[in-house]
Amino acid sequence: MKRKVMSKSNRIFYIVNTVLLMICLLLVAMPILNVVASSLSSPSAVIRGQVSFWPKGWNIDAYEEIFSNRSLLTGYKNSIIYTIVGTCVNIVLTIMAAYPLSVKDFIGRKVISALFIFVMIFTAPLIPTYLNVKNLGLLDSMWALILPGAISVYNMIIARTYFQNSIPGEMLESARLDGCDDIRVLVNMVLPLSKSILAVLVLYYAIAHWNSYFDAFIYLSSENKFTLQVVLRNIMNSVAALEEMATTAEQSMRAANIEVLKYAIIVFGSIPLIILYPFVQKHFVKGVMIGSVKG
Amino acid sequence: MKPKKTIRPEHKKQHAKNTIRSIKRHWQLYLIVALPLVYLIVFKYMPIIGSQIAFRDYNFKGGIWHSPFVGLKYFKMFFQSPQFWRLMGNTLGLSVYGIVLGVFPPIILAIALNYVRVRWFGKTVQMVTYMPYFISTVLIVGILSQMLSLTGPVNHLIENLGGQAIHFMGEPKLFKTLYVFSDVWQKTGYNAVIYISALAAVDQELHEAATVDGANIWQRIRYIDIPSIMPTAVILLIMSCGHILTIGYEKVLLLQNDLNMATSDIISTYVYRIGLSGMQYSYSTAIGIFQSVVSLILLLVVNKIADKVADTSLI
Repeated sequence: MKRKVMSKSNRIFYIVNTVLLMICLLLVAMPILNVVASSLSSPSAVIRGQVSFWPKGWNIDAYEEIFSNRSLLTGYKNSIIYTIVGTCVNIVLTIMAAYPLSVKDFIGRKVISALFIFVMIFTAPLIPTYLNVKNLGLLDSMWALILPGAISVYNMIIARTYFQNSIPGEMLESARLDGCDDIRVLVNMVLPLSKSILAVLVLYYAIAHWNSYFDAFIYLSSENKFTLQVVLRNIMNSVAALEEMATTAEQSMRAANIEVLKYAIIVFGSIPLIILYPFVQKHFVKGVMIGSVKG
Repeated sequence: MKPKKTIRPEHKKQHAKNTIRSIKRHWQLYLIVALPLVYLIVFKYMPIIGSQIAFRDYNFKGGIWHSPFVGLKYFKMFFQSPQFWRLMGNTLGLSVYGIVLGVFPPIILAIALNYVRVRWFGKTVQMVTYMPYFISTVLIVGILSQMLSLTGPVNHLIENLGGQAIHFMGEPKLFKTLYVFSDVWQKTGYNAVIYISALAAVDQELHEAATVDGANIWQRIRYIDIPSIMPTAVILLIMSCGHILTIGYEKVLLLQNDLNMATSDIISTYVYRIGLSGMQYSYSTAIGIFQSVVSLILLLVVNKIADKVADTSLI
């Protein structure tokens, strides 16, 4: 390391910079810590506003209530199933679109690319989309959440760009000249060389599935098919209504419990994220970089 | 790089032969791309064809093709309705507010992170600020309403400082601010990543030369870093203008309630409400088409501008 006397203005800079980043850190972390702490505190402490960033009056009743709540557990299970099946469909179809479009002497490539790009910049309105799903008989089924968004054009372009730029074209070309057909080139050469981009795509798609709310909200009607996000929203809403009606002491006691329950629900809904976050963190940045290099 | 068999245009026969040979050679690719194409037609182009109900009086018997044709009736109805200016005002207001407030925080964060000397500290800040991006909208709205509820921590703080508790979630005047600030809270860390990579690409020799010439960090930021991330910033800014009419369905809908309707009702939520809740299929579709067409034009214009400004088109 160079040891130099730092100029005054640089010293000021480093102080300002550190303070600024501290503030950023606190602004983001404080609400999260408060939610977690409140979910583990006693209802009376939460209502009186005594909880800051550490649980007060340790209490895990709210979590017990969650784990005995049928609809939440069903929602969790459904979301896991939809996310896994949906992501598999996404990945397979995205590769099936991206690979042919990455082959330079594939005739028809331009037309097909244009068809894809058009739907990215011109989306059909809500009602025709809804009627289409309805006419296909997909209402109130898992497939209504999976098929309409099976390919994200943006992700497809990321994959295509990667296939084009990061895999040596000469290698694939000489394999083809040696009599290797296109499918074998894809399966034996392109895919094994694209593990990193596939990881990014899996993350993009899986997170989108896990977090999406609106599609499930408009397409699903049977409670036993609801996704976690829909269930979370319904519970948050119904408990808010309960709270407003609280007049007697017993009711406001109940309202206080519900307040804690809401905090616990937020934590409960984020558990998969917390588990996956280190992985996400590692691969997502890479995805942003690849995405920003356009092809 | 050109494929091995480059053809000169004058040899047309040869060209046709090569085309056929290429199609034969790559027949498997057509097989592979068939399924995505079917998907595209069934799930993307069918709804676009179905959008013609905006020009018809949709009824269940007639469906998309046989409901009576009414021309531009529903478009006129929308442009003349008292809702039009209110919705446009709310939508544009929310978008512009969001764009203006969203520009600087990621840039500032990226530059600040670029000059951190203690590595673990920088890594921690980046990891923490980056996390909210992955929280679902439902939960973001949940966190927001918990923090700001009448018995929540923010109101406790206000009361402790001697103020009056504010019903944040139900106050029409505060809706836009809540929406925009929670967005900044959620997305600054994520949006900073792209600037961080732009800063990493800056030639280090520039910085060294500047330091030798006696420039302090403020000057290096002003004359080296900011100019080099400018193109990225301009492109992102221009591109976000293309989506000005189509902002966040989900989040607005989730934040919306009877009390804040005056400011929270935007085109997207109106399309949803009169369409799916009100069953006015044709009217809702007409508004949706208006929204999509304006967005399409905006995107094309914006893309042209980005092309001119930074020599990088995005479509």
